[in-house]
Parts: sequence; structure tokens; C-alpha cells
Amino acid sequence: MLKKTTGEIKPIIETLLFVSNQPISEEKICEILELDDKKLARQAIVELQMEYEMSGRAISIVEIAGGFLINTKPQYAEYIKRLYKSKVIARLSRQALETVSIIVYKQPITRLEIESIRGVNVGGVLETLLERKLIKIRGRKDTIGRPLLYGTTNDFLQYFGLKDLTELPKLEEIPETIQDTEAKKEVKE
Amino acid sequence: MAYQIKIPEFEGPFDLLLHLIKENEINIYDIPITKIAEEYLKYIEMMEMLDLDVAGEFIVMAATLIHIKSKMLLPKEEAEVIEEDPRLALVRQLLEYKRFKEVAGKLTIFEDKQKNIFTREIPEFEEEEEYIEATLFDLLKAFRGILQYLPKGEVIELSREEVSVTQKINEILDKLEINSNIEFIKLFESKSSKQEMIATFLAILELVRLRLIVVLQSKLFDEIRIFKTENTLDDIVLTGVNYA
Repeated sequence: MLKKTTGEIKPIIETLLFVSNQPISEEKICEILELDDKKLARQAIVELQMEYEMSGRAISIVEIAGGFLINTKPQYAEYIKRLYKSKVIARLSRQALETVSIIVYKQPITRLEIESIRGVNVGGVLETLLERKLIKIRGRKDTIGRPLLYGTTNDFLQYFGLKDLTELPKLEEIPETIQDTEAKKEVKE
Repeated sequence: MAYQIKIPEFEGPFDLLLHLIKENEINIYDIPITKIAEEYLKYIEMMEMLDLDVAGEFIVMAATLIHIKSKMLLPKEEAEVIEEDPRLALVRQLLEYKRFKEVAGKLTIFEDKQKNIFTREIPEFEEEEEYIEATLFDLLKAFRGILQYLPKGEVIELSREEVSVTQKINEILDKLEINSNIEFIKLFESKSSKQEMIATFLAILELVRLRLIVVLQSKLFDEIRIFKTENTLDDIVLTGVNYA
């Protein structure tokens, strides 16, 4: 195979990123470009990222959910919202956030285990999370009743803008002290 | 929508307990259980009074609190094995829950940030079903395919049923009354005889000739479907054609 240069593959990668609304992994890029050299692909992407940054483009290439994706910048969100008028961007409910927080750290985890931590029924919330593809069924636990096990998905990473799970703080690092989240919220609003 | 009173949202008993602990500036490792149990019950009473749906979990927690309280009241016999503080299990649960509430708070920050970042819309490569008119050859090919599924070898026809083309025409038109279009093969039931199938096929050809139906083929799936036209049989019957 001919040795390709970053100059040759950059426009192709840029094209792929442009048409995709899902993160494209390095592996996928190599597969499409028939590249053996993953380093070359990454180098091309990094160069592209720099070029976007240096020339003050409104969009940027970010590493997210195990791949690369073209994104708009947050400072222009307001205008996008104006374009789409009243479309309110739905956020996750507190229940959903708490439930997915447990799942992401304790996966794979059963519904009962989640409920024992939250102290409430989570059936409905799990359904919502499954529907939004933030979690998926990871199999069954080898115990009485063989309950379903849940885990987070790539869409979870994308939703929260994470490269991978290591970007989340370690559970031990999260303070146990009672933090006044409620008050904080009020201040923000 | 029913009016809902917004007392601080306590989704579950842990939420309520944490709120009471915070409100009363209580050390979570040394919960005055009598006081907390009292306040907890007051809250539940209030929720009931306001006609809020008090979930079963709240009641279970109330029972747990009372159970802990009674255990604490029992006189401690000396020289016995030191029992675990009856509050400890609850404290552990509360702490664990609280930790995940913190996590949820962290995730909200990520969510907030990400909510202002947009990606491209999904490019729509919809597989549109495009139909073209099927030719007689297409129909024959499809019909031959169907005939192949007839049981081979000896077919014992016990009763020779006369199936007329007219009958089939009416059957097809009846079906098209219910659905605006039918898949070609669906008109040939597996149980029917070869003779019946031929009658059906001729009926289709006749209906096409009379412009009562159109036979279209999906480009993508090669599937042939029969569509009703705007003409009706009544327009035709007047001409007095006999298909028997």
C-alpha cells in the first residue's frame, strides 16, 4: 500500500466528520481510509483540530464517546436556539440523573440494587433511560430470578460530552459531606 | 393537569431524611433517632393531608425508624457482645445515596455544558419506496415463483371445485376495499389449488386490463403490490362483460 500523507487524508477525514452526527472512532477512520497506521489518522485529526482552532472557525472537532465529532461551540448556542425557535431542549429529570449516576459507577447493576441505593422504585426511570439509549441491558445476573443487568452506553458518553468513563471523577473522590446542592441551584437560577 | 404542591421534592424516603438532617444541622453519624423519627412522621402526615401520594417506600422507612428507635431504647446489658449501633446500616445507606446525589450534580454540569453544543442533524438517507409499474413479464415471473411452492408429486383433488375468474375478481376487489394495496403473493394462499391460483392470476390480469387495479413493483425490494384505482366495478359492469 502506498504511504499516505496527512495532507492527503485530512480532507477525507474532514468529510467523514462533516457528514456524521455520531462520533467516528480512529479505527473506523483507518478502516474507511484503508490505513494501517492509526498514528497517522490521529495526527491528521489533531492537525485538523488545530487548523479549526487557529482560523477561528465556529465549529470544532472534539473527542467524545470513543471517537471524533464536529460540534458547534457553546457560545453560539443562543443563535441555534433562535433558529429552531421554541424547541426546548429536554433535560434529564433528577430521578433519571440519580439513577444513571448509580448505574455508571456500579455497572453492571440490577434494578433491585439500584432501588436499594435510591430507596425508591426505578422501573419507570429505567424505561426512560433505555428509551433514550443512555443505558442498555448488559445481560442477566447469575442469581435467583436471573434479573437483568444494566450498564451505560456510548450515547451516555456523548450525552454528557465525555471521551470515556475515566473522565468522570472517582467515586472515592466525591465528598461525603452534605453539600448544599439545593441552595446552589437557587443561586444559579 | 392536577395542581401539585411543591414542598421540597422528596422523591424517596432517603431524600426526606437527608433534608431533615440538613435542616436540623444534625451530625449524620449521630442521628437523634427519636427526634428524626418524629419529624419524619410529621412530614408524612403533612403529605397525606395535602393529598400527596405517599409511596409505600415512605411507610417502610417510617417503620424502620421506629424499629431503630425501639432498639436504641432497649437497656444495654453489660458484658454482652457489643452490638452494632442500630443506626449504622441506615447511615451507610444515607451516605451512599448522598454520594450518588453528588454524582448526579456533577453530571448535571456536564449535561449543561453539552446542551449548548450541537452536532449536525442526522442526514436523512431514507429508503423511500419507489414504485414502478410492473410489466406482464414481472407478473409472470412472480406467478411462476409462487407456483413452485405448490406441493409437487401427486395432488389428490377430492372435490373439483369450480373457481371462476369472476369470483376471484370479486375477492380481490373486496380485499382492496379493506386495504388500499395488497402484496401480490398474499393473493395466493398456500392452501389453494393450482387451478384456483391460475384463476386468481387471470383475475389480476383482467383487473389490470379493466383499469380497476394497477400493479406496481417496488424498486428496492422487488416486491409486487396491487393498488386499487379510482375506477369502480360499477363503471364496468354496465358493459356486461362475462368472465365465467
